[in-house]
Amino acid sequence: MADVATAKHTFPVAFDHVTMRFGSRRVLEHFSCAFPSQRISVILGGSGAGKTTILRLIGGLVQPQAGQIWVAGTQIVGLSERELYEVRRHLGMMFQGGALLNSLTVYENLAFPLREHTRLSEPEIAERVHATLAAVGLKDVDHLLPGELSGGMVKRVALARAILRDPEILLCDEPFSGLDPISVKRIEALLRRINQERGITMIVSSHHIPSTMRMAHHVVLLWDHKAVQGTPHELASSPDPQIADFFNEEVHEDGVREPQHTPVQRW
Amino acid sequence: MLQLIEDIGFAAVRFVAELGRITWFAVDVARAVFTPPPRIRAFLGEMFNIGVLSLLIICVSGAAVGMVLGLQGYNTLVRFGAEESLGAVVGLSLIRELGPVLTALLTTGRAGSATTAEIGTMVATEQLDGLRMLAIDPVHLVVAPKTLAMIAAMPLLSALFIVCGLAGGYFVGVALMGVDAGSYVSSLQNAVDFRDDVLGSVLKAFVFGVLVGLISTFRGYTCQPTSAGVSAATTSTVVVGSVSVLLFDYIITALWGV
Amino acid sequence: MNRSPRRDLVVGLFVLAGLAALSYLSMNVGGLTFRNQGGLVLYASFDEIGGLKPRAPVVIAGVKVGQVVDIALDSDYRARVRMDLRRDLKLPVDTSASIMTAGLLGDQYISLQVGGDDRLLENGGTITITESALSLERLIGKFIYSTDRAGSNEAKPSRTGGER
Repeated sequence: MADVATAKHTFPVAFDHVTMRFGSRRVLEHFSCAFPSQRISVILGGSGAGKTTILRLIGGLVQPQAGQIWVAGTQIVGLSERELYEVRRHLGMMFQGGALLNSLTVYENLAFPLREHTRLSEPEIAERVHATLAAVGLKDVDHLLPGELSGGMVKRVALARAILRDPEILLCDEPFSGLDPISVKRIEALLRRINQERGITMIVSSHHIPSTMRMAHHVVLLWDHKAVQGTPHELASSPDPQIADFFNEEVHEDGVREPQHTPVQRW
Repeated sequence: MLQLIEDIGFAAVRFVAELGRITWFAVDVARAVFTPPPRIRAFLGEMFNIGVLSLLIICVSGAAVGMVLGLQGYNTLVRFGAEESLGAVVGLSLIRELGPVLTALLTTGRAGSATTAEIGTMVATEQLDGLRMLAIDPVHLVVAPKTLAMIAAMPLLSALFIVCGLAGGYFVGVALMGVDAGSYVSSLQNAVDFRDDVLGSVLKAFVFGVLVGLISTFRGYTCQPTSAGVSAATTSTVVVGSVSVLLFDYIITALWGV
Repeated sequence: MNRSPRRDLVVGLFVLAGLAALSYLSMNVGGLTFRNQGGLVLYASFDEIGGLKPRAPVVIAGVKVGQVVDIALDSDYRARVRMDLRRDLKLPVDTSASIMTAGLLGDQYISLQVGGDDRLLENGGTITITESALSLERLIGKFIYSTDRAGSNEAKPSRTGGER
């Protein structure tokens, strides 16, 4: 595992002995980790293991009790909200439920942050919005409200909003949750394409093993407030029976069992 | 027995801590109000939600209360041969107390709970976190316009409540009970003083607007991000808001009259 | 955050209605006026002011021309009332001030009876002819006393005159 102390400035996101507790519940203990640049990293674990918490820590939405977190070269633990806004310029976050503003249309949801933070003219904004929507495979959805979109479309609009301002780092909270297998494959393909085309560092939280095996360069497996890290292959063939089990059980969210001992796909 | 004392102690400490939290929240909201860019669209939208949508309940209740005052007032005054003072009785009751207080209570129940539910739902669906990640301050965009709209709408709604009440009292007193119209109006005008009564009334409504605005937004903003949490927060808004209005009513009445 | 020009119109109407209600309450009901109607300050001393309070109206022939501003005790232990009246009034020095009651149980106010002298009261002047408030208790007391006396005068033969 990379030495985090020297890695802080070379890795876009790095954790250094971070402890996170919610009341009496320990989620992370002395967690250290470095996420490789321009690659897709996946945080795996069961429900409540802390996957979403790690993303929220990176975004500065929660503060840990101890430790340091480096994002885009800046240590963010202890920063004020105003200072965090500066750091978040480098980040885009795709929330599990989309987190789109329910009272605004799709177009407005995307145009709104551009109006707030850039000096683009209306036609330029329109161009950017439509280009980004096209990049996630959507068109003719401008006037729809989030409540009128299907689950997969919501995820895609959320993704569009996250990459709108060309961030260096993209955080995806359970992008495959609640989707049918076809939509899962679509979103997975989309994420990989965006990663390849734009070179964005992606950190994805998920409990979907097959897509993880296919797209992750680096995996962080959380359970029992312990963390194991490595490439998908390393973890799948781990000598620890518990870890190997986790990977080879391969039960999808939607309950379809894949046969055991499927060879790990390399990419 | 000891457990009871312990519980009361904890509750007291929690209460004081909550007061502190809402004070900090109020400071944040105040700072957001004076930070550009001004959210005019949002403010106007909230004026519609809070003010216009409350008009029906306020005007109908105002007229009803005025009518009851007219009836009760007449029945009492006629025993002393003083029914010509009905205008003064109805007017003073409405302007000094019933107008601002009842308007605030009704608004807490309708607009206050709606505000809490709206903000609470935004918390539960991570919409506010989404805004933070876009480097947009949710207090500035969502909370401040709602609070400001409540503060601006309350005196207006209170005045409308009072006017409807005066009309209701006039209808019952003059049209139904036979009080002389001129006496109703002149006793009203003689009894009501701008500084003591009308200004005090507007001040009360303003203070109630601040209270209800802050309580309703605070409860929504800090609620547990679950549907049970939103529901609890909404109930809390109505309870805490109503009690605060009544308490502050006494405080302002005592201080203003001095 | 729906952009609708109709909503803006409705909000504007609401605000207008509210402000109209407020100004009605302030001016028509509460008596707020923009013209400074006062200006002429006069004083009057009474033995007894009864229930007269500051802001009680001052009237001439039933028409309100000002109000009581202040009531204080002067060096003779009489009540010195300060009145703020319309500045266009021309009141002779022998104008009198009486404290009247509106209705049987109503509030007390000051009624001025205009005199006939050529000289006029100046700003800050004092009305010398005053009539104090009638106290209901004293009136009733006087009435009972006088009926008692009348009764007792009839019962006993008069001792005056003649035999002394």
